[in-house]
Amino acid sequence: MAPPAARPLRVLLAKLGMDTHTVGITVVAHALREAGMEVIFTGLKQSAEAVASAAIQEDVDVVGISSLSAGHTRSLPRLARLLREQGGGDKLLVAGGVIPQEDLPLLEQAGFARVFTMGTDTRDIVAYLQQWWRERLAAEAPPS
Amino acid sequence: MDLAAELLAGKVAAGARAIRWLEDGDRRGQELLRQIFAASGRAHIVGVTGPPGAGKSTLVDMLITELRARERRVGVLAIDPSSPFTGGAILGDRVRMSRHALDAGVFIRSMGTRGAAGGLARATYDAATVLDAMGYQVVIVETVGVGQDEIDVVALAHTTIIVAVPGLGDEVQAVKAGLMEAGELFVINKADRDGFEQTRRHLELLLHLRAHRQDAASWQPPLLTAVASRGEGAAAIADAVDAHRAYLEASGGFADQSGRRCEQQFLMLAREAVLGRVLEQAPPQLLAAVRERRIDPYSAAQHLLQGLAGAPAA
Repeated sequence: MAPPAARPLRVLLAKLGMDTHTVGITVVAHALREAGMEVIFTGLKQSAEAVASAAIQEDVDVVGISSLSAGHTRSLPRLARLLREQGGGDKLLVAGGVIPQEDLPLLEQAGFARVFTMGTDTRDIVAYLQQWWRERLAAEAPPS
Repeated sequence: MDLAAELLAGKVAAGARAIRWLEDGDRRGQELLRQIFAASGRAHIVGVTGPPGAGKSTLVDMLITELRARERRVGVLAIDPSSPFTGGAILGDRVRMSRHALDAGVFIRSMGTRGAAGGLARATYDAATVLDAMGYQVVIVETVGVGQDEIDVVALAHTTIIVAVPGLGDEVQAVKAGLMEAGELFVINKADRDGFEQTRRHLELLLHLRAHRQDAASWQPPLLTAVASRGEGAAAIADAVDAHRAYLEASGGFADQSGRRCEQQFLMLAREAVLGRVLEQAPPQLLAAVRERRIDPYSAAQHLLQGLAGAPAA
């Protein structure tokens, strides 16, 4: 018997550049999976171009970048711009990791809706994404 | 330009959105599929299956490189299991293929099984049709790590590669039954490992026995070896994939296989549709009686059919 068609939230999780600290991104991935989301990994040492391309191919709803070794003030805005250029401007951009407070306005301006700084409870990340998804689905509800 | 036209022109975002609609069961996906269907049927669909840990993703990565060197545009559908409890999934196959991320001739899509049981995702057929219509000449379908009878990929693919590895303990336990009878190409990956000779001898024996029940003109599956992590064995595998396609085309099997695939999907959709209709008409008391074990399932099904036969036509 076919179950009713579900629309799980699809989330791409990635790290840019030479950042190889994977503990945080792995914990978040498992938390999102537990919450019923599909989590796509791209691997380490990815360029902004590669992550943008993967996000388009995978048609994810959310792109989440984990950053623990600086460089985020350049690579994250670059990723946001590439996504817009490639027709992925409708995707929710979030980030997390070691990101100083003073960088938040810059990232917000670049298109990142939310930055989860160190010490964030994964339940807060899940709740934030679920809330966003509910609103997106409601806004997209087909006229039929 | 509308989405169908963009898709047929090979635009990545359009194809990606189409696959999303199809796997989400969005009605727009079906409409789109109708518009692009005529453009499909050209791609060589290559299945890659085998037990968990056999190195399927790494082998696919290596095969992409080889096919790109042969100037083939390659689409990849990489399937990982969804949790039966939460529906969530961690899809990590593209990690091993990340060096192709910026190659415009490669489209990689990760799919969760979303409740399907045979080693594929529910929408794998449709996703393959989309990549086919976009102009990818080879569509590689990497299954979840399979056990002994999750061989739905065989019905989907023109050519199925079975990936085995040495040292799984009990003599190729994981490639017996269905898998051994089904594949068109056998690859022992991680061939530098202990136990390689034993695995090779065993597979040779099984393939030899399989040849006994086939006539001489039919395809004889080659047994190849690879160390995919070092890129070894790629050319021979790509050669064998091409040779099998040539064999299928010469024997008329290529179109046959594509046609059978459509037939199978039609039957599956029909089953779902008919079952839905029938259950709509099933009296709730009957379902309750089954659940409470007051009637056995066979008798209940019989009752239901009699009820339908006796009912006035809708």
